[in-house]
Amino acid sequence: MSGLRVRDLAVARGGVVVLEGVSFDVAPGSALILRGPNGIGKTTLLRTLAGLQPPVSGRIEGAGAAAYAGHADGVKAALSVAENLSFWARLHGVEVPDAVLARFGLTGLGQRLAGTLSAGQARRLGLARVAVVGGGVALLDEPTVSLDTGSVARFARWLTDVHLAGGGIAVIASHVDPAIAAPTLDLWGYRAGAGAVAASDGAFL
Amino acid sequence: MIAIFVRDVTLAVRAGGGFGLALAFFLIVVVLVPFGVGPDVAVLSRIAPGILWVAALLACLLSLDRIFALDAEDGSLALLATAPVPLEGVVLAKAAAHWVTTGVPLTLAAPVLGFVLNLAPGGYPWLVVSLAVGTPALSLIGAFGAALTVGLRRGGLLMSLLVLPLYVPVLIFGAEVVRRGAEGLAPAVPLAMLAGIAAGCAALMPFATAAALRITLR
Repeated sequence: MSGLRVRDLAVARGGVVVLEGVSFDVAPGSALILRGPNGIGKTTLLRTLAGLQPPVSGRIEGAGAAAYAGHADGVKAALSVAENLSFWARLHGVEVPDAVLARFGLTGLGQRLAGTLSAGQARRLGLARVAVVGGGVALLDEPTVSLDTGSVARFARWLTDVHLAGGGIAVIASHVDPAIAAPTLDLWGYRAGAGAVAASDGAFL
Repeated sequence: MIAIFVRDVTLAVRAGGGFGLALAFFLIVVVLVPFGVGPDVAVLSRIAPGILWVAALLACLLSLDRIFALDAEDGSLALLATAPVPLEGVVLAKAAAHWVTTGVPLTLAAPVLGFVLNLAPGGYPWLVVSLAVGTPALSLIGAFGAALTVGLRRGGLLMSLLVLPLYVPVLIFGAEVVRRGAEGLAPAVPLAMLAGIAAGCAALMPFATAAALRITLR
């Protein structure tokens, strides 16, 4: 794996270019933390890296097997914790590692319906999903929201000891310090000039 | 794909999944018709094929917005789109799950309700056959409508307006199969047309639906 390379990327949200000229490299086994005020385009950048929306311009290399975790956890309330995880594992053609529940502090909750979990537990389940599907590149949008300090530490341990140690890449958008040692990229410097409008949405034409 | 299918069927039959909704609606509409038009068995038996098909179609329409809306709400749809499964496959699996949880129960319940409407004896086998062939098309077309409106709050009305015109050919040929069967005529031609529509939908709709999803996901 050659790492994640982003060159001169411009991304748009709702037809308005929010970031332009974004360039960075993330080597295998390292992480990058995206910072910036609300609305700067952190989520838009992550969604573009995940392939959910096309970039306005620029190139992304090496984001092929990305595991994206957005604001919503994608947890089905009517399925149990174990069923939620095994569904995503089957979809990605992998097994659920035995250690994953313990690693995210979900021991003993495996048979609970996900709808009965607290916000923090649901978030941990969402992060456990990323750990299960693995993938080379983890794109995490505010991963530590609604987590207590112990869970943040557990998440940081998984990230450094398992994901990054295994040669994975992580791009994390976060306001709070996610308690891992990684370079940060302040997106404030890449914000697009006022009035920069993306070409009209061609998909419907 | 099988994982998505199994998950959607499981979710549908669990509490709050809306499994019985389409079936109950079908039952209510068909049972109410004799009260509305009166107990004249000749009239009932003449309108039975049309009523059964219209009721099945509306029952199907009722549950369409659940195909993608629930997944879009909790963020699963974006995660499914980034999974290493083609979005077309996701669509096909979800449409198949919708068919198994609505089309199949409707098909199985239809003969019983045909009895309520005094359907002619020759019509029963063709009622089951036409619904078995036609309801997959309803699910596939419906998935397309659901994908187009998935990003909208309360998109149900717009989806109905988009989907109903596309349902008309299925309705015409489906009801015609049953009518001809009930009158003892050969139903092969409308049945072939219905099967053609269903096959065409199965071939084309997953691509159209996946394209619509990619746009609404942005």
